[in-house]
Amino acid sequence: MLSIKNLSARAGEHDILKELNLEVGEGEVHAIMGPNGSGKSTLAGVLAGRPDLEVTGGSVTYRGHDLLAMDPEERAREGVFLAFQYPVEIPGVNNVYLLKAALNAIRKHRGESELDAFEFLAIVKERMKLMQMDDSFLNRGVNEGFSGGEKKRNEVLQMAVLEPALAVLDETDSGLDIDALKVVANGVNSLRSPERSMVLVTHYQRLLDYIVPDFVHVLSGGQIVRTGGRELALELEERGYDWLRAGADAA
Amino acid sequence: MASGQQDVEQLVARKYRHGFVTDIESDTVPPGLDESVIRHISLKKGEPEFLLNWRLKAYEHWLTMPEPDWAHVRIAPIDYQAISYYSAPKKNTDGPKSLDEVDPKLLETYDKLGIPLHERARLAGVAVDAVFDSVSVATTFKKKLKEAGVIFCPFSEAVREHPELLEQYLGTVVPTGDNFFAALNSAVFTDGSFVYIPKGVRCPMELSTYFRINAANTGQFERTLIVADEGSHVSYLEGCTAPMRDENQLHAAVVELVALDDAEIKYSTVQNWYPGDENGVGGIYNFVTKRGDCRGRNSKISWTQVETGSAITWKYPSCILRGDNSVGEFYSVALTNHYQQADTGTKMIHLGRNTRSTIVSKGISAGRGQNAYRGLVKILPTAEGARNHTQCDSLLMGSDCGAHTFPYMEIRNPSAVVEHEATTSKISDDQLFYCRQRGISEEDAVNMIVNGFCKEVFRELPMEFAVEAQNLLSVSLEGAVG
Repeated sequence: MLSIKNLSARAGEHDILKELNLEVGEGEVHAIMGPNGSGKSTLAGVLAGRPDLEVTGGSVTYRGHDLLAMDPEERAREGVFLAFQYPVEIPGVNNVYLLKAALNAIRKHRGESELDAFEFLAIVKERMKLMQMDDSFLNRGVNEGFSGGEKKRNEVLQMAVLEPALAVLDETDSGLDIDALKVVANGVNSLRSPERSMVLVTHYQRLLDYIVPDFVHVLSGGQIVRTGGRELALELEERGYDWLRAGADAA
Repeated sequence: MASGQQDVEQLVARKYRHGFVTDIESDTVPPGLDESVIRHISLKKGEPEFLLNWRLKAYEHWLTMPEPDWAHVRIAPIDYQAISYYSAPKKNTDGPKSLDEVDPKLLETYDKLGIPLHERARLAGVAVDAVFDSVSVATTFKKKLKEAGVIFCPFSEAVREHPELLEQYLGTVVPTGDNFFAALNSAVFTDGSFVYIPKGVRCPMELSTYFRINAANTGQFERTLIVADEGSHVSYLEGCTAPMRDENQLHAAVVELVALDDAEIKYSTVQNWYPGDENGVGGIYNFVTKRGDCRGRNSKISWTQVETGSAITWKYPSCILRGDNSVGEFYSVALTNHYQQADTGTKMIHLGRNTRSTIVSKGISAGRGQNAYRGLVKILPTAEGARNHTQCDSLLMGSDCGAHTFPYMEIRNPSAVVEHEATTSKISDDQLFYCRQRGISEEDAVNMIVNGFCKEVFRELPMEFAVEAQNLLSVSLEGAVG
């Protein structure tokens, strides 16, 4: 599904990712953990094609294509989805209007017919039940006046409607109380499938109590310094990141 | 790229679509303005003497007036003697009696503009009057309107058929000496539309006038007068286009609205005069005086405008809230791209008790466009319990454009409640990236964000116009992000 080789990237003057390597197979869920500033969000941003990040080396292959050569909208249409850490507000633009435009852009790219308003609403309403969102969400401006929890829920709703092949969730758990976390995790879990891969970027292992990953990676200093199973997350919870950071320096 | 900011700065450049010239023989008076030109126009139009005298009075007044210079626009001097003040398509008879007699080339022009004049190919339920250069070429749906008692005709026809109504109302909202351009218009106006809605009548369809400047070196000076008698209701739409030319052309129109007791007038404009090219060469000077008089109790006048064209726009559709409980509204979207300049806004003059006004202004600046909102809210001592709410929002695209807000308030009654809100924002790179990450192209994303910004105004437009307005915005912004 996704093959990252020796990826280096910078934001402004700062080198953030340093020859990072990661393989994600079909249907796998990978958790990327690490201390603040280790490059987790940069990795998510590079995969989605954030214009202000500069790739300085390495390659990313997604389903056999050179992902880095594609525009952000092309990546999205090919099935790459980023759940944003800080979803932006777009005043006056209807939440459901944006989502319909997005779904139809993706369908068009796939050579499928565009959905009309009725077909589309049927899909959205079904997915909204999953995310325990009420109808008022439909007619509000994109993230306009949403609480932190509502924004995150909205991200997962979009993912549920757009049905990506590769979902990258950037700290989707941050700022959520335990009830909201369960709803979001429940939504994500229901989207797990053998054809869909996920990369969960998170600071805390708490999320992984609800979304059980196949692999856990620790990102530190722009590189993956440790890979393991779920138990690695529990170990991190207990010992913190410092012992790995030191190990990285020693290596 | 280093920053999406550069994206935004590139987002403006599709070609003007209505820039063609219709090859048609026209009867144009030589450039220049003096009393004889005015007499010539009046004679051509077969006007009664009161109107000729009215014109001459306006002309005399105009000669004494200085050109105004207070607007936030930069403008090359206008040579009023280099303009031709009358141009009409040549035709065999005095005027077409029906659409069959209209020159096919003119009909073709309006078809190209998407304004079908043939009633069978009509926009559902919209009666159209089309003004080509100085004269009105056709008014559709005359019969149906006549059955309802509604008068909707070219101004020159109203002069002949309904002189008593004209004499009663003409110049009562915008007097001949009101301002420099209104005075000029009063002296030389050539055609326009006249509407009268009788007592208690709800006009059975939207009325629409389509203005088109075709001939070179001419000015267009049309005059619109709408009178809504007691308890009547009318919705009126106005659209404008012009060919692409290197020189600037002057358009100085006057619109007067009169609403009597319990009457309502809704006036919508989609202005798409030629804006000049991307270097600021050519384009229309759009200097227009629009004013509505809520003369009766409980009357209402609502202005909605979408201004995307013209090199320079200078207009302030206003309401005089004379009748008790009368309501004035102004909803505006003004877009300036490349070197376009707009100084636009409104005046709400509260005279009656419990009068209310709402102002919603959305300015979009891209390229090197300069966009100014200028608005006056005046509450006179007689306006007990008056209320106003003003909202002015500016959206900037790129770093070479400008947005300016000049709100004026004169409150002379302590019971008044006046609110003013203003915001300035930019389309952020984060917003663009968010949309693109969802699969939406950059251009579609910009259109979506701009349309969201304008939503409060667009929803005031009649349906067909709302769609046209959205399309117009996307055309006007094409290339503003690359």
